[in-house]
Amino acid sequence: MNTVVNLNNVSMTYQSPNGEINALENVSFSVNDGEFICIVGPSGCGKSTLLSIISGLLAPTSGQVFLHGERLSEPSKKAGYMLQKDHLFEWRTILKNVLLGVEIQRAITPQIREKAISFLETYGLYEFRNKYPEQLSGGMRQRAALIRTLMTDPQILLLDEAFSALDYQTRLAVSEDIYTIIKKEKKTAILVTHDIAEAISMADRVLVLSHRPGTVKKICNISLTCSNRTPLISREAPEFRCFFQEIWKELDVHV
Amino acid sequence: MSSLEPSFKPITCQQKNISAEHAKYLRMLKREKIVIRSTQLLTLVLVFALWEILARTAIIDPFITSQPSRIVKTIEVLYNEGVLFKHIGVTCLETIVGFLLGTFSGVLIAIVLWWSKFLCQVSEPYLVVLNSLPKIALGPIFIVWIGAGPVAIIVMTLAISLIVTILEVLNGFLAIDHEKIKLVQIFGGNKYQVLTKVLLPASFPNIINALKVNVGLSWVGVIVGEFLVSKAGLGYLIVYGGQVFKLDLVMTSVVVLGVAAAIMYQGVVWFERFILSKNGLGQ
Repeated sequence: MNTVVNLNNVSMTYQSPNGEINALENVSFSVNDGEFICIVGPSGCGKSTLLSIISGLLAPTSGQVFLHGERLSEPSKKAGYMLQKDHLFEWRTILKNVLLGVEIQRAITPQIREKAISFLETYGLYEFRNKYPEQLSGGMRQRAALIRTLMTDPQILLLDEAFSALDYQTRLAVSEDIYTIIKKEKKTAILVTHDIAEAISMADRVLVLSHRPGTVKKICNISLTCSNRTPLISREAPEFRCFFQEIWKELDVHV
Repeated sequence: MSSLEPSFKPITCQQKNISAEHAKYLRMLKREKIVIRSTQLLTLVLVFALWEILARTAIIDPFITSQPSRIVKTIEVLYNEGVLFKHIGVTCLETIVGFLLGTFSGVLIAIVLWWSKFLCQVSEPYLVVLNSLPKIALGPIFIVWIGAGPVAIIVMTLAISLIVTILEVLNGFLAIDHEKIKLVQIFGGNKYQVLTKVLLPASFPNIINALKVNVGLSWVGVIVGEFLVSKAGLGYLIVYGGQVFKLDLVMTSVVVLGVAAAIMYQGVVWFERFILSKNGLGQ
């Protein structure tokens, strides 16, 4: 298996006037090509920091990050990021929103436009290409945001609580949707979430982070007995509950 | 309104053969609008009529209060002397120049302050002081430095509107969702792209708001400036009329001023609609 991402003893310390915050400590793991990894952990354990580091937006205090064997030093065009909100620009049409990334990278060509159109066709947004985001439902918007990310042809998708802003039902439908698209495009993905069920339903492996400073507490291989796995089907697998219990215990939640 | 999602189409179709209830509701809305408009118009007519009647019946002294018919006559006299449009033109020109200068340089300075966090922090106390300082106090300084003339008036206008514009636009920039900026950075965008792809388009409503405030402030600046130095313009007519006790002239100028200011404000509203409809966002 090809390794796409490799983290080697990554630590991150934030400086603030009130002192230092150790967000991450000696985090090491790797992600294989085509894998879907979910990262869960108590709030404030540095999950989002981890994604920012993998994307190259943040430089770790120590340790190294490798993307396809290359040491990462600046925001990488190989990584595609999806945030909690879709952040479609309300002053741009859907087509123009989808082209934002390539426009910023000054890579717009007629072929790229065609690619955008064909993405929109494949994923049912073609009729909405000249509409504005406010005219789309939450699920469609999130799909448009994913296409925007896919347009720059990232080798790894980083999803930062990408479904958390949606209501529960939409969330189930959208995660099903996004999961199918990611699998169809054969992308590698890392999803950060605080929803254990969501993590199990989507992931090949679930990475549990500890309380701050975040360290890798456990890596669960999710193997479910079900065919044609999608998030909704996964939820019906008999092992689902056991994985839930296992991760819940690891999270060690106190209120 | 014409662009609804296909899934909503059945509803649009239903709306075409409107139910009696809905038709009644729409008629009521329309009637309400007509009542409001006609009451507005009636109020204006009543005030002027009352003013005229009270003056004619000598209940109020038209020498002090003037009266609508005298205002019309004054406008006529000014027009026949060929100076009406000269005064209006001078004032409007000063206002428009001051307004455009204030808006453009205000937005530009706001961009610079956003770009350089250092400059922004350094300038903060100065902006606070300049913002709270009554700019009219600077009038005599401008006259001494620049000389009594239209330039001094424009500088006065600038002094009044500039700081407010800077603060308004800068606050708009700083209030933009940081994640939108992060999105551009994730795609490898530089600071200039953050500015052009996110900041400016996202601040459009803010900038329009600044424009609307600026229209009013520019008029204040110009009239104050004309009070202080000018030889022409509506502000000059007001001061001159007051000094020689020609209240007809003062009232006339105020009325003309009101109309001109309203037209200019409406111009900004039209501009806003034009830009919005160009981007397909008009509703």
